[in-house]
Amino acid sequence: MAVEHRKAPRPGLVMDVDRSTPPILFHHGEGFRLERLPPGRSRIIYPAEPLAGLSDPEEAIRDALLNPLDSDPLPSLLRPGMKLTIAFDDISLPLPPMRRPDIRQRVIEQVLDMAAAAGVDDVHLIAALALHRRMTDDELRHALGERVFDAFAPQGALYNHDAEDPDGMVELGRTDHDELVTMNRRAAESDLLVYVNINLVAMDGGWKSTATGLADYRSLRHHHNVGTMQNSRSFMDRPRSELHHSNWRQGAVIKANGPPIFQIETTVNNNTFGYDGPLAVLQKREWEWSARDRATFMAMHAGLKAMPPAACRGVFNQWLAPYEMTSVQAGAVEPVHESTTANVLAQHLVPVQGQTDVLTMGLPYICPYNVNSVMNPILVMCLGLGYFFNLYRGQPLVREGGVVIMSHPTRWEFHPVHHPSYIDFFEQLLAETTDPAELEAKYEAQFATDEWYVHLYRTSYAYHGVHPFYMWYWGAHALQWLGRVIVVGGDPKAVRRMGFQPASTLSDALEMASDVVGPSPTITHVHNPPILMADVE
Amino acid sequence: MGIAHDLGLVRIRSRLPSPTRALRARSFPLRAPTVPGGVEPLEAPARTGTGFDTDWSRRWAARMCRAAIVEGPMRAMVQVLASPHRTGADRLADLDGAIIFASNHHSHLDTSLLLTSIPEPWRHKIVVGAASDYFFGNRVAGATAALMMGAIPIERSRVGRRSADLAAGLIDDGWSLLIYPEGGRSPDGWGQPFRGGAAYLSVRCGVPVVPVHLGGTGAIMRKGRTMPRPGEASVTFGAPLRPEPGERAPRFAVRIEEAVTALADEASTDWYSARRRAHASASGTLTGPQVGVWRRQWALGGPRRSLSSSRSPRWPDL
Repeated sequence: MAVEHRKAPRPGLVMDVDRSTPPILFHHGEGFRLERLPPGRSRIIYPAEPLAGLSDPEEAIRDALLNPLDSDPLPSLLRPGMKLTIAFDDISLPLPPMRRPDIRQRVIEQVLDMAAAAGVDDVHLIAALALHRRMTDDELRHALGERVFDAFAPQGALYNHDAEDPDGMVELGRTDHDELVTMNRRAAESDLLVYVNINLVAMDGGWKSTATGLADYRSLRHHHNVGTMQNSRSFMDRPRSELHHSNWRQGAVIKANGPPIFQIETTVNNNTFGYDGPLAVLQKREWEWSARDRATFMAMHAGLKAMPPAACRGVFNQWLAPYEMTSVQAGAVEPVHESTTANVLAQHLVPVQGQTDVLTMGLPYICPYNVNSVMNPILVMCLGLGYFFNLYRGQPLVREGGVVIMSHPTRWEFHPVHHPSYIDFFEQLLAETTDPAELEAKYEAQFATDEWYVHLYRTSYAYHGVHPFYMWYWGAHALQWLGRVIVVGGDPKAVRRMGFQPASTLSDALEMASDVVGPSPTITHVHNPPILMADVE
Repeated sequence: MGIAHDLGLVRIRSRLPSPTRALRARSFPLRAPTVPGGVEPLEAPARTGTGFDTDWSRRWAARMCRAAIVEGPMRAMVQVLASPHRTGADRLADLDGAIIFASNHHSHLDTSLLLTSIPEPWRHKIVVGAASDYFFGNRVAGATAALMMGAIPIERSRVGRRSADLAAGLIDDGWSLLIYPEGGRSPDGWGQPFRGGAAYLSVRCGVPVVPVHLGGTGAIMRKGRTMPRPGEASVTFGAPLRPEPGERAPRFAVRIEEAVTALADEASTDWYSARRRAHASASGTLTGPQVGVWRRQWALGGPRRSLSSSRSPRWPDL
């Protein structure tokens, strides 16, 4: 990316496809496809270029802690003899994991330095992972840095949240909608809970941090369900998200009965693949690829095609995004989150006129739940129909009854350590039904309370038994909305198991889509990642 | 006395045949003229000490050569001798341009250890402040130090404008500087009070100072020893320091010393405990207790207690 663009990043772009439009990059798991879209009726939405990062992130963090929103400065909340707990986002943020120093490390070191100055002895750090898998020591080291890890992990003061610890959770009360609110006991009984967020998308942060990240299944089930998802338009748009409404109700209970909370939220820019380097080409617009970019892409493409999938995965898992922090806010939860969301949307929002018949998307190798792991078919569905489909404000990009075409290899493979319950969900339950409501009614409780899954969640590195249900619910709104889902280049057997249709090429997929939406449909392609959010009028 | 003497090079050279000896036996014009009486001879420009010209060592060819040395044999040597544990380089992530690295100093190994530890982009555009009376006492030693380490002569025994101007000019040109504010290696295992050179250059040039603590190098090759004893060393980079508005160099030098002291505490305990003690001004001291010699040695404790080079354990460590 040219330096002048970095100084004045261009906003997102909606480009109509004509005959001179070059083939367009589609992410395709651990690989890529170059596809031509039909001219005259297709458009491509490009994300905004990366906003400038803060010139002095350390000073910005310090300033946020000393001048918080609707709160006393952090140092005045700290005193000797107090019980301080610092909770932080887990491995699912940011995506891909960022280069060192991670934002969590920057923020937590400054919080701890103030705690050290105040003489606070009793400090615990908790990875607020809800029902996600535990973070490994290496992952914690990466997120928090060597200094914090070495100071707290050896004495057991740095650990993962355990939602199934019978003595480790407390009930804080019920909302006016009779939703139970639970919280990690250590956090709930602290004199101050500091929560450190990385807000990658508009969904993150706010009361969702504490009400979800430090809760257990009994509490999460009130908003992680089919009804909530189908009533959110979308869950990326908090005012219209039933998921967030529930979290905010739970937040009111936490505010009344829980610990004082000092919320710290941060945002990053769209610099996912770097301004230069081997992947820089992935965040450039195709007609601006230089000879060097094209050579790099061809070499990378050929190399990846020659390598087995596991090796490709290993290569991509090495990538650490050079994200830059664009803002940091601290203080009371609500004002902090309002400010943060505005900063997230400033990077992601792209105005789009009207809906489309067919929405195409190239799904990359990573989603929040397969960091250092395998992107199994359920996560493909979750990423496409959950995250990408819901990255809108106003109304969905695709009209009701329209078609989504996703590009991904969708291999029938699972990580046996990270996703054990996914295997049973995919092989047993989806063979019977793909209806989220039916799955929820018949099987959720069984998987959620299965002792073996609980054991693996607590002692191994497995996602909770109920997690594949949540992934499936994540796409419930899209499943309800769409007429058909087609997967290009996917394993036909795995694609059909999920109730979708496989296609070998994009042309075939568009032909199949015309059966549903009629001939010559309008087509919109979201050029994501880097992340964009369509503001659909 | 100098590094050539310490390493025995002077003795070796005296035994080799001298190509100029035959010429010196000849008379003028084969040899230099004698100076007539009553004539004030022109003062020859100093070609050693602070007068040693090191410009050539920062040209392209010398830098390539030095990079090959640092990344090749020097890195291998450091790995074999010191098995270094490097931490804190992430604290430099937001820095750009020239930096002054200020470190404690125990051993000849320190410079090699730091040159292989300082992260890019500073590693290969850095000069090392070296004692002009020691490393630049003769032209061979000076050239070797300039080529291998990027050394520049620093006057340490008296106040001199020349070395300060040289260092400041290089910093202004974008070169980073590695300097040992103690002025020399530790004579007894404890640190020495920090002098104001690093702080002065930071104030003058407006660049940050990165405090660095080196641990364990004294045990590997302390002052006075000619053969190293392999061991384990640590390198801890601290958060960059900048002079406060209106802060003068002596006060800033104290802060740099305090930062290195806190890093020493961090390296030997853990970060949070060290921060607690730093905020309570209880990080200890680099220079050790101001008591008798044997009690200072005793206070060092552990394997650093003995100054003997013997590898066999002694009482009370048996």
